[in-house]
Amino acid sequence: MNETEEQLRARLERVVAPLRGKPGPLLEVLHAVQHEFGFVPASVVAPLAEMLNLSRAEVHGVLSFYHHFRHSPPGRHVLQLCRAEACQSMGARALATHVQESTGLDWHQTSGDGLLSLEPVFCLGNCACGPALMLDGELYGRVSAARVDELLASLVQPS
Amino acid sequence: MSLPVTIYIPRDATALSLGAGQVAMAVAQAAGAQGAAVRIVRNGSRGLFWLEPLVEVLTDAGRIAYGPVQAADVPGLFRAGWLTGGAHPLRLGDITQLPYLARQQRLTFARVGVTDPISIEDYLAHQGYVGLRRALELAPLAIVKEVSDSGLRGRGGAAFPTGIKWQTVHDQKAAQKYICCNADEGDSGTFSDRMLMEGDPLTLIEGMTIAGLAVGATQGYIYLRAEYPHAHRTLYEAISAARQAGYLGADLLGSGRCFELEVRMGAGAYICGEETSMLESLEGRRGEVRVRPPLPAIKGLFGQPTVVNNVITLASVPVILRDGAAAYRDFGQARSRGTLPLQLAGNVRHGGLIERAFDLTVRELIEEYGGGTASGRPVRAVQIGGPLGAYLPASQLDTALEYEALAAAGALLGHGGVVVFDDTVDMLEMARYAMEFCALESCGKCTPCRIGSTRGTEVIDRISQGIDQEGNIALLEDLCSTMFNGSLCGLGGMTPYPVRSALKHFGEDFRRRPAGRTH
Repeated sequence: MNETEEQLRARLERVVAPLRGKPGPLLEVLHAVQHEFGFVPASVVAPLAEMLNLSRAEVHGVLSFYHHFRHSPPGRHVLQLCRAEACQSMGARALATHVQESTGLDWHQTSGDGLLSLEPVFCLGNCACGPALMLDGELYGRVSAARVDELLASLVQPS
Repeated sequence: MSLPVTIYIPRDATALSLGAGQVAMAVAQAAGAQGAAVRIVRNGSRGLFWLEPLVEVLTDAGRIAYGPVQAADVPGLFRAGWLTGGAHPLRLGDITQLPYLARQQRLTFARVGVTDPISIEDYLAHQGYVGLRRALELAPLAIVKEVSDSGLRGRGGAAFPTGIKWQTVHDQKAAQKYICCNADEGDSGTFSDRMLMEGDPLTLIEGMTIAGLAVGATQGYIYLRAEYPHAHRTLYEAISAARQAGYLGADLLGSGRCFELEVRMGAGAYICGEETSMLESLEGRRGEVRVRPPLPAIKGLFGQPTVVNNVITLASVPVILRDGAAAYRDFGQARSRGTLPLQLAGNVRHGGLIERAFDLTVRELIEEYGGGTASGRPVRAVQIGGPLGAYLPASQLDTALEYEALAAAGALLGHGGVVVFDDTVDMLEMARYAMEFCALESCGKCTPCRIGSTRGTEVIDRISQGIDQEGNIALLEDLCSTMFNGSLCGLGGMTPYPVRSALKHFGEDFRRRPAGRTH
């Protein structure tokens, strides 16, 4: 990302402007920033603090508290595997091991070619049809090792 | 030109996860190709998940269900004449006659899976907004009294009487009060909030509006977890529809009364399901637990009197106002009144949503509804009430699923999630997971939770390595006691439930000799 400080600020201004009037807007703002940039770059902390009349510590504190906010750019595809109990009862542990072994990724890692990020998630609300996963925002249920292989293979096919 | 045939294909996240989106596309395509006039309604789920994607066709003989339907089945279904209810191996007939549904008391979930979730017209045609119209004619205190008399207790987990909470907020003098809906449904094994928000969001909106009228609040927030993008879309569409039709906004149905509603997204923190942590998060801060008192009902969101209720609690209010407190109270018994949407999940053949009047045992739920385990192996453990709920052993399956009976068994009903495990489960692993989850999700404010959970995983690791097992089991018990008594909120305070119940009922899993160790 080769934008100048002014360009970054202008982009941030556009994101923050519609939310500024809301009470307690920081979480909403961080969601909007992540939507715009794909993650929340460390370089936005200072300008955001200024725009929202908060301290940098407050912005950093909130940003680092919530698992949802990414601190580095994600891969082109994001795979979230459910690790919670209901999915465990249907073999989620073995499925996670399978995915980690076949992709070479641990939790929160992105592949070297930038294709895939692997993230844990604690419950997608699909607990009667586990194991569950979410791939690029699409939910899948009763996922077997073969099914996840098929989904991952489809990511490298030219569309 | 004949009238289009209405086909219901769920937009519920579970149905979508099993292919409902592809089915809808295939139906539209096949209908187009053969010039059949169809109208596709994307409804919620009936909650019979082993039959999803469940498609219903509105025929002269009523709604005829087919399921589970895959996109590849669609051409065959058209050939079989399903638009007039034709015979097909996937034909289920009238789904409401299936014992799984017929033997439920669906009050809160009456419309879920039936109506178009974002259609005001459909909502009104199914007795929607009758409760709000009645509330608009009542004095605020009379609304509070209806809710108190109904015996409704908070369905989020704590089971606090809803009427008392509303009365407290009603009695406060303040320029601004708030209604906050806790839709941070993070417990594994629970999905009733999600199903309701995706399948009948207008019920929640109506319930919150009634709450606003009762306590004098003009602004509501729904705090929705980030893991529920489908619910977010449905809520957003439903709120827009309600606002457009005059059911939200500055002048509710021309009454001069005001209620505004906004959805706020959480950001992947389990702790934000705790009410004070949720309020911090709504204010745009770290989701750290507040010390109580003051109660949120007195000093809540932005320091103002605030009703914080779970989705199901608020969604149960319209039916109470519509049919009256007595009608709701007639369901259930003793101090468990009304109905509870149970969620049957995990290793079970027929998982789904079962709304009943607190009259089932765990065994009846798993055997009569669930049809046993999905794997076909024996049930070994059942976790009730999410990651902070106790594990029951097979010998305690005859416990009734109501607040007091479960408390007597050392367990909790929580939000009504029931997760089944077969005999391959390693309970030491599950106890370790409970501690690990607490460590990961602790807000860090109090020491028993922040440090105790990490020490807990370490102690369990030593037990699993066979190091001084009895000594470490005693230490784990002691640690649980510290967390239980010393934590600021339920996260650290209740993590001992799964850990201690695993130790108590499945002690053999903690006393195995690891391979290669002889002493």
